[in-house]
Amino acid sequence: MSQEKVLLRVENLKKHFPITSGLIFQKQIGAVQAVDDISFTIHKGETLGLVGESGCGKSTTGRTILQLHEPTSGKVFYNDADLTTLSAAEMRELRRNIQIIFQDPYASLNPRMTVGSIIGEPLDVHNVGNSKERRARVEELLRLVGLNPFFINRYPHEFSGGQRQRIGIARALALNPDFIVCDEPISALDVSIQAQVVNLLGELQEEFGLTYLFIAHDLSMVRHISDRIAVMYLGKLVELCGRDELFANTLHPYSQALLSAVPTHDPAKERERKRIILEGDVPSPSNPPSGCRFHTRCPIAEDICKEKLPEWREVKSDHWVACHLV
Amino acid sequence: MDNREVILDIKNLRTHFDTQDGVVHAVNGITYSLRAGETLGIVGESGCGKSVSMLSVMRLLPIPPAHIYSDEINFLGKDISKLPESEMRDIRGSEIAMIFQDPMTSLNPVLTIGFQLKEPLIKHMGMTDEEAATRAAELLDWVGIPDARKRLDDYPHQFSGGMRQRAMIAMGLSCNPTLLIADEPTTALDVTIQAQLVDLVKTLQRELGMALIWITHDLGVVAGLAERVVVMYAGFVVEDALVDDLYHNPRHPYTFSLLKSLPSVDGDIAEELETIEGLPPDLLGLPQGCPFAPRCDFVKDKCRQENPLLVEFSPNHNVACWVDIETGELR
Repeated sequence: MSQEKVLLRVENLKKHFPITSGLIFQKQIGAVQAVDDISFTIHKGETLGLVGESGCGKSTTGRTILQLHEPTSGKVFYNDADLTTLSAAEMRELRRNIQIIFQDPYASLNPRMTVGSIIGEPLDVHNVGNSKERRARVEELLRLVGLNPFFINRYPHEFSGGQRQRIGIARALALNPDFIVCDEPISALDVSIQAQVVNLLGELQEEFGLTYLFIAHDLSMVRHISDRIAVMYLGKLVELCGRDELFANTLHPYSQALLSAVPTHDPAKERERKRIILEGDVPSPSNPPSGCRFHTRCPIAEDICKEKLPEWREVKSDHWVACHLV
Repeated sequence: MDNREVILDIKNLRTHFDTQDGVVHAVNGITYSLRAGETLGIVGESGCGKSVSMLSVMRLLPIPPAHIYSDEINFLGKDISKLPESEMRDIRGSEIAMIFQDPMTSLNPVLTIGFQLKEPLIKHMGMTDEEAATRAAELLDWVGIPDARKRLDDYPHQFSGGMRQRAMIAMGLSCNPTLLIADEPTTALDVTIQAQLVDLVKTLQRELGMALIWITHDLGVVAGLAERVVVMYAGFVVEDALVDDLYHNPRHPYTFSLLKSLPSVDGDIAEELETIEGLPPDLLGLPQGCPFAPRCDFVKDKCRQENPLLVEFSPNHNVACWVDIETGELR
């Protein structure tokens, strides 16, 4: 994988949301450290899975990469262009290539717009073709995601969750992007529908050579779709490596606990399985623990973990981890 | 084989809702029973009637719009479907307790956790306020909330999601129920917190010897927890089997396809996931015949005309299907 071309490079990306107090003279009294100093690369044509529990900053990472949130600091290079320094006009032009599919297919489609105008909106915004060409393109996109072009004048409420997610995918594909952030695209769907949408994403990737950042909390689905997987905890990356490597040779204690918590579908194995049960809850990102952020729940923590932030390092080829004890 | 006493016996339960668009057939004649101390998983997708069937048993649905019919719902020798509301109220919370999916909406935000925990103790067990407070603190401590005595004065918003669900479990267990119904209690929570709670419930169940019904859409959670599993589709029970049987020898095409469509965390990685094409039927107008027929890989003409009844395939394994999925022929 590593010899392939790097499409996206994230360097020391931080996103802190200010906590303010006072009604008129707002004073910043703290910050929610949603994403704190993370670095990784995504190669052309691959799927990078980003997993972690709710509130760990995985969606914020996706949105900050796309500049939907302005990063607090750090850089995002897309094909060597630093997205954080582009002007609004340049950024808009570049958005043709980088798109996003949202988690909630009920909230991400405007209920007052027809499917045709939802999918066609990116074409309007970027002045692609005339109205006839646009309509033809929208029909083509509908066919591509497995919907009947006949539905072009219907409204979102006439569709099921899985069909709506297909509409969201068609909209993201409208301008032939290279890179798509898939922000938990299947978590809101039923099990039998999830497989349909995941297969569709796989087919589209093959056909158009798409690159995905696939954000999810369902590890079994991430394992199915990803080439490499990054694990996030409380705003920090804790581990990043190839998919098979992660499952065969898990290094970070948090990744180990996360993997062991995922239920399998085999009752016999499930009864024998030894789970690592983590104590307590995830601490608040507005006041994260000192040193390693995982030390408060880590089963093997030592004194150094409370004091010193572990370095994000490559322990072997293509296997990154942030832990003192690895 | 299993000589534990049957404590809950549901016969032909149907629940319909009147809506503006017509009658929604949420539950369409389900029959199953539960033994003392047994753990039963009810699985199915959203809208398959798994929650509504349990709410109907507990009689927690507003009538109208809901209409609940059944031949009998026998709980410990009493037909609870015909009890007067006042007697039903004595059973709820004390003999059958229920915990819900979203602890934030099922806890009252303006009352302290302590108040809400004490309420059933005072109502059902006849404790004084002081006794109830002591017992409430014990319960919170038992479900693993540190500093329990102090936390009694907290409001639900001061608890995290996992802690709220622990408090709900404490509340459910407070009167030593014979049966605990858990309606997707871990769906809103993260996997590591889910693992904590499943572990907790298993331990508590062992100590108390209560029966447990665990409603979920997650076939993984059920695999590790349940002894027996009921699979529901479009308001029908399509398969009812012991857990190992169900996972290793599924007999209904829906169960079969559902298990195949799940990616695993340890098995081989397939190029493509198996899918179940199409959508579940509209409960406003169920098709004639088997509700799964339009999506079924094994469908025969007969399936489109007649809905199969749940029949015994082997001891402790019931299935509602005309077709033998091994041969692909009608049975």
